[in-house]
Parts: sequence; structure tokens; C-alpha cells
Amino acid sequence: MEPFKLIRVHDNQAAIRTALMAGSRFIAGGTNLIDLMKLHIETPKQVVDINKLPFSGIEELPDGGLRIGALVKNSDLAYHPVVIKKYPVLSEALLSGASPQLRNMASVGGNLMQRTRCPYFYNTDFACNKRNPGSGCAALTGYNRMNAVLGTSDHCIATHPSDMCVALAALDATIHVQGTKGSRLIPFGEFHRLPGQTPHVEHSLLPGELITHVDIPGMSYSYRSHYLKVRDRASYEFALTSAAVLLDIRGGRIQKADIALGGVGTKPWRAVPAEKVLNGASADLQTYRAAAEAALSQAKSYKDNAYKIELAKRTLVRALTTAAAIS
Amino acid sequence: MAETFEQAEQAAALIKVTYEEQPAIVGLEENLTSAYKPAAGLGGAATQVTRGEAEAAFQSAAVRSEQTYTTPVYHHNAMEPHATIAQWEGDKLTVYDATQSVMGVKGLLSVTLGIPAENVQVYALYIGGGFGSKGFTWANTLLAPMAAKQFDRPVKLVLSRQQVFSTAGRRTQTVQKVSLGADSTGKLAAVKHATISETSFVDEFVETAGVATTMLYSTPNLDVSHELVRLNRGTPCPTRAPGEAPGTFALEVAMDELAEQLKIDPAQLRLINHADMEEQKKKQFSEKSLKECYQKGAEVIGWKNRKAEPGTLREGNYLVGYGMATATYPANRSASTAKATLFADGHAEILCGTQDIGTGTYTVMTQVAADAFALPPEKVKVKLGDSSYPKGAQSGGSQVSASVGPPIRAAALGAISKLIRLAIADPSSPLHGYKEEEIMADNGKIHLIKEPGRVETYVQIMNRKGLDKLEAQAKTNVSTRPSTPAPAPAGSPEAKAEEESKANKAVQEDEKMDRKDYAFHSFGAHFVKVLVDPDLGMIKIDRIVGVMDIGTVMNLKTATNQIMGGMIFGIGMALMENTQYDPNNGRVVTRDLAQYLVPVHADIPEIEVHFINKPDTFISPIGARGIGEIGITGITAAIANAVYNATGKRVRDLPITPDKLIS
Repeated sequence: MEPFKLIRVHDNQAAIRTALMAGSRFIAGGTNLIDLMKLHIETPKQVVDINKLPFSGIEELPDGGLRIGALVKNSDLAYHPVVIKKYPVLSEALLSGASPQLRNMASVGGNLMQRTRCPYFYNTDFACNKRNPGSGCAALTGYNRMNAVLGTSDHCIATHPSDMCVALAALDATIHVQGTKGSRLIPFGEFHRLPGQTPHVEHSLLPGELITHVDIPGMSYSYRSHYLKVRDRASYEFALTSAAVLLDIRGGRIQKADIALGGVGTKPWRAVPAEKVLNGASADLQTYRAAAEAALSQAKSYKDNAYKIELAKRTLVRALTTAAAIS
Repeated sequence: MAETFEQAEQAAALIKVTYEEQPAIVGLEENLTSAYKPAAGLGGAATQVTRGEAEAAFQSAAVRSEQTYTTPVYHHNAMEPHATIAQWEGDKLTVYDATQSVMGVKGLLSVTLGIPAENVQVYALYIGGGFGSKGFTWANTLLAPMAAKQFDRPVKLVLSRQQVFSTAGRRTQTVQKVSLGADSTGKLAAVKHATISETSFVDEFVETAGVATTMLYSTPNLDVSHELVRLNRGTPCPTRAPGEAPGTFALEVAMDELAEQLKIDPAQLRLINHADMEEQKKKQFSEKSLKECYQKGAEVIGWKNRKAEPGTLREGNYLVGYGMATATYPANRSASTAKATLFADGHAEILCGTQDIGTGTYTVMTQVAADAFALPPEKVKVKLGDSSYPKGAQSGGSQVSASVGPPIRAAALGAISKLIRLAIADPSSPLHGYKEEEIMADNGKIHLIKEPGRVETYVQIMNRKGLDKLEAQAKTNVSTRPSTPAPAPAGSPEAKAEEESKANKAVQEDEKMDRKDYAFHSFGAHFVKVLVDPDLGMIKIDRIVGVMDIGTVMNLKTATNQIMGGMIFGIGMALMENTQYDPNNGRVVTRDLAQYLVPVHADIPEIEVHFINKPDTFISPIGARGIGEIGITGITAAIANAVYNATGKRVRDLPITPDKLIS
């Protein structure tokens, strides 16, 4: 770890001002940032502690949705009674991530900002365009069993690691941020960036901008939702593949489906082609399989991760089958 | 030299090293053609073993199974990383080291630093896990004393988790071809087990995966071979039953495959081929209750519920499978020394230069000593992990209990014998003039056997003689290994103990036991029930049963704990553990506990451990064989066999992960 200055802030403006200084990083739970600092992957000069800012609440919105403070702990969100009742997909996604100890520390904002676990990003002895722009991508021809099959580029094939973000992608969340020019809203799908030629640019926040809240909309059918994660061990492990699904089914026909995939994309992966297949189709296995084929139609595999394409399809089919059975 | 860990770590990161890169030789399977036959394994172990005409018998066998099984590299991953503290006072060096052998470190430091052994003091009072990785000595143990000398101050050196993955040992990768030929009744006509593993360019280590195959089943024709390929990787070393753990995976899955071809129940096939004697050495087993292990395990798991046809048993969304396998590990014992002291305040002490690596050696040896001293355990202090103590066994090869138990017992009995003789010779004692064999010790007192009222306490006898302590030493020279122990150097504590042991009845009885006609092995059986989600490839271990035949169980809690640990290692090997190297430059890619997966609680069901608990009357007067490693043998195969029984999918390449099950 490099020496750094810890600055505790008590209001938004101070946080934003401090964060504008070169080499600043916000810290909330620190469950990812501290690891990265220990490994010399992140080397901030100032670490701005925002835990005293007033973003720890969860409130219900007039449209039936939820406004979630950026500092809400993952555990508190997962066990919130409204989340359990109305958004099981979000509760399940949160509880399938990390371990209880980490979930008790990790914040919603931090989870949005969490960085890839690609082993080559984590090891400063290897080339990584995300960590060291222009150095190359060792994962392309390296050990890439855990890497992405959707949204990759010749510069980066790192998987986005979050479970929570997969659920938020399916839920069409909106991210509230504050910066020097005031507040703005970022649709969830525009928050994370594809790697393209600039894999080190991971999100659309401007310098100094602070995430304050995440809104999820009220949806009449969100109780019929499910998150399914396939992984190498039963707990405390990132997804090989995962799926977040919400289904509005009336009379055996799917009115609307909201689908996102995890473990396969370079960002939380909204599966629009699958939704197109599902919307208006009958809720049966044949439809689910067609949706899964559509979801992965653009997938590109590498040396060790071809299995993810088939596994992701199966994961989506199972998640849809399970969600459809919820009454 | 840094003042804090953080300082040291940051400073080290500032050092930029540039390398001239040369082509790397990185993959085992790509370099099999460069395999060579090593002369011998660790400690001179045979690597090429044959009997009869294996190839001809295999070719003419009625039923044949021939498959290749592969296991990846594993890292020990003890929670405590390798660590050393070194301090010099003049010419004298004191080292606190995380080691499985204080005596080994003492000798190694003496040789490599060129200083007399008596100037080296090594401590390892508690060790946070070793699993073989601390049986070899790595750079930290040498660098800390060198730095301490250079800077004339104490130095502490702790490896990071990442460093442990590259420079502190590992289990080698293996490619194992197992060929089994049987007649139509299932009797094995030929067994061939050819292992190719890898080692580094700087040292040679052979993973003797075929070693158990030479004795586990009865067969007239056998061919066990080992070859090595040199790769640009760190040197491997013993890891959790080196040889047997990956070897029994291959052999015991092969037995399952043969059983299926023969349409014979896999447990029955093991009974048909039960080795009544050690056929390679042509010796009887000192004690073997393997058949009872099979029987008990089958009963406990409900083996009768197993369907012979794979993929035919369901519970809800899951396919259900049962699997079993045999466990085995040699019962090692080596020469060891101990010192016993009775104190005038009524407590007693044992000194022995072995160590407790977290297995319960302190606890179990306190029991042994308390029994022999005839004192309650709270009056007995067992001291280990100090190289100034009489030489005890290294904590490797599952040998500590069997090796140091007998001399600890003999030394304590020797001290009591001296005490009894003091009383006999003392006219003021009520026991004056009686014979030693007429007197017994019980709860801090000695009394006449036929007249318990004629009694004195240890304290009374010693006080009357004005003794503040009474010492005895014992050395037992028994070794179950082919090599005989070298004589103790003249004038050494071990030589003195050897001399004193000539009059020690317990040592004499132990050493004169006729062992030459016996082979010493522990056995066991694992039975597993798994649930498999066939669409997603996810495996859930539903039940896991281990039945072990390890001689006398000295302490049920520590013994159960040892076997449980081995079975959890087996779950790790079967389902997730593996180290990955970068295919381009050969550096370790998965070098922390987030990327090198070990089982978590959610992966592990309640573990059911049972013991036969029949004393081995030839290994030692205590009757216990070592227990450290047998738990991991066979278990991986039992899980793999259960997964096959559930799904009909035979995965011969560990670990069995979802991607392999759905392919």
C-alpha cells in the first residue's frame, strides 16, 4: 500500500471539492478499494471518507418504487422488508454476493463502483489495459476461464463482478449523482461502460461526482422475479453465470420481461434480444430457450470460457422457469 | 530494513526488477515427451515397482479398463503464511520459525550458514497449519538470519499470500494412466499405474501417486511407474498425503469404472480383491480391519439405496448418486527421544523436540504422559517445538504420535521406576525392601499392589531425599521405514538417552517386538451421497462418511478432527481446488484465496467419522498409528464416483466443476 491522506467529510460539497483534487478516491465500506490499495492497483493520494454523508436511508417513492441511499449496506438492503416482498430479485442477488461480513460493510454505491476480479487486473506483474492503459491484455491469450463472452474487445475481456448490479440492470434503476454543476440522473444502462479501446474508463461519472441514491421504479409484477447464480462453490465466489429476471405474465402470456445476465459481460448485461423474444410470447420452456439463444447470440468465447455460453443459456432458462412459477 | 510491515511492503514495491525473458517451458501436457524416470522418491522411496508380467496379463484379461486421470497443481494454503524471526547474540542464532521440524531447521541452518549446530536455537511452539509446506525449508528461514546478521538486529520476515503461491512449495500436477485387467469374477489379473508429474529445474520432487497401488489390492501382476517433466515452475514438495491423495483418486475411480464394466457392486469389487497380505513386500499387515470399514460405511450411508444404473435416482430437481472408495496411508514411525521430569511439588514435565502443527500433539501426548506418570493431566506439562529438547520426529508422514508417543511413555515410566527404586532403597519408606514389580503408581502415589495401604506420595519420597526433581530420558530406535536411523552422535543428548534406555523396560519391550514380518498401514473407506443439478452442473454433497482403521484411537476429538480435515481437503480437491499458471509465461495466476478456492461451510455437510479402534499390537505398546493424512486419501474418488453414479458423466480431470459436467 502507498501512503495516503484520509479526509473525513461531513457534507456533499466538501466531498465533491475534495474529490476533485488529483488522485482522490471516495471510500465507504472499502471492501474493494482497500484490497486494491494493498495490491498497488489503486494508489490514491487522498481517500475521502463519505460515511458521514446522509445517504443511508431507504424510502418508498410515490410510484411504488424505492429510493436507496448510496451508503446503505448491502445486508440492510437485502433484508429490507419491502425489497424482500416486492423485489426478490434484488434481495437474492445481494445475498448471493460475497460473504456476510463483506455484505455488512459494503455499500450500494461501492457495489456500483466495484472493479473486475480478472486475475490479470489483480496482478501488477502482467499486462492489463484496465490497470495500465496501453500495456496490453494478458487475459486474451492467458487463463481466461472466468472472463467475459459479451461486450468484450481486443483490449479487454474482464467480467463485471457484481451480482447486485445485474438485478439493478434488470430493474431499470436510475442513479442519482451530484457534482460541481449540481445533480443529474444516469439511467442504469448508461452508468457502466463497455471496454472498447478504453477499458480503464469504467463508468460515466465526471470528476468529483458523487453517487447519492439509486431509484428503482415501482412495478406491478416485480414480485415475480428471481436471481440465479451458478458458481464453483456454494458461497463467497463470483458467478460463472447468473441471471436476473422479472416476468409480467397474464393468462399464460408474457406481457413484459426484464432480463439481465451476470458473469458473462464486461458490464452488467441487459439482455434486450431475450426480452424481445419473451415479450408477447407464451410463458413456456420453448420460449425461454429461444430467449436464451437470443441473449447469447452475440457471445464470443476465448480459450477457456466457451462453456459460459451454454451455461448462461441454461441459467437463464432455469431462472425464467423459476420466476414464472412464482405466484 | 523496515520498521513496520507496511514500510517493508511499500519499499519492496518500489524496487523495479527487469528480466531478460527467455522462452518458458510451462505446461505439463505439452511437454510429456520430455519425461524421464527419476532414480527415487523422497527418502529413497521406490518409483518403479513391478511384479509378475503386468502387460501380458492386462492384454489377455477378460475385462479391461484403461483410462487417464489428471490432477492440477494444489497449494497448501495454511492460514498462517511462512514466517521467520531471527536474532543473533554474538555467534548464537535464535530463530522462531513456522516449521514442521524444529530439528530439521536447526540442522539446515547449521549447514547452510556454516555455524555449529549447538549455536542454533529454533522455536516453533505453535504452527498455524503446514500440510507439508513447512516440512521443507524455504527462503524465508535463511533470509531472516542473513538479514539479522547484516543489520545486527532482530528481523521478522513474513511471506505474503501471493508469495506463498510462487516460492514455498505446492503439490505437483499429475497425468496418471491406470490400466486394470480382471477375470469375469472381478479378480484383478493386472494392475498398471503410470504417473507423469512435474518438477522444477532447480530440484527434483516425485509425487509417488502409484505408491499405494503397489499394496492396496491383491494382484499377481503389477507395474507401477513414475516419470517427471521439468517445467519453469517453483519446486513442488509434500502436500497432504503426497502420492496417495492424487494416486487414490486415479486408482479408486478406475476401480469404479471396472466395477461398472463387470456389473459388480463397487464395494463388492474391493472385497473380491482385498489384499490379505502386503503382496509386494510379502508381509502380513500388522493390523488390518478394512473389511469392517466397508461394512460400517455402507451401513451408515445406506449403500443399499444406490442404483447401479447411473442417472436413475432423483430427489426433486436433483439427480442422486452414491460413491465409495478405499483410503490408505502407511503407518510411519521413526526414532525419537523424550525427557521426563518429576518435580518435588508433584507436577511432571515432558520435553520432546517434535512440534504440534495444529493436530493435537500437545493434547494427545499429555494423555500419554499422564497415563505413564500416573498423574492427572493437569499435573503434566508437555513441552514441544524447541530444538534444545531431545530429538523428536518431524511432523510429516503422519508419524508424530506413533514416533514420540512410545519414548514419552517410556521416559515417564522410567522416571516412576527411578522413584520406586528410591523408595525401596530408603529405610524410612513404608515400601523399603519390596521389589519394584510388587509396587504400582496411581494418581501421584506409589503403593504395594497387594496392600494398597502401604503407600507414599511422589512428593513425600522426593522431599525426604531432598530432591527438587527426578529425570529420565528414553530413546526408541524403531523405524517402519526401509532406512535404519543413523546412530546418535557421541556426547549428544540422544546418545545419553540411548544409553539410559538400555535399562528402560518400556523401551526394551518396544524395541524387541518382532516387526520384520509385518507391513504397517492404515486403511479406511469413504462413502458419499451427492445431489447434482444436471442442467447447471452444480454439485451438492449431501452426506459424507469416513470409517477409519488407524489402530488405537488416542483421543476421539482430535482424531475425528484430523479425519474431518482430510475429508474437507478431499471436497476441495474433488470440486474446486486448483492452481492455474499463465500459459504464456508460467507465473501463478490464481494466487490468493479469492481465486484459489477452498471449500466454505456451505459446501460441507455434516461429516460423519467412525473408527474401528482396534489396537495395532506391532506398531508400538500404545497401539496407535498416525492419522494425519489418511482422511484425504480416497475421498476425492468417492465424490467423483458418486457424481458419476448421479449423472452418468465420468469426469477424470479434477476438479469436477459445472463447466465439465455440462459439456
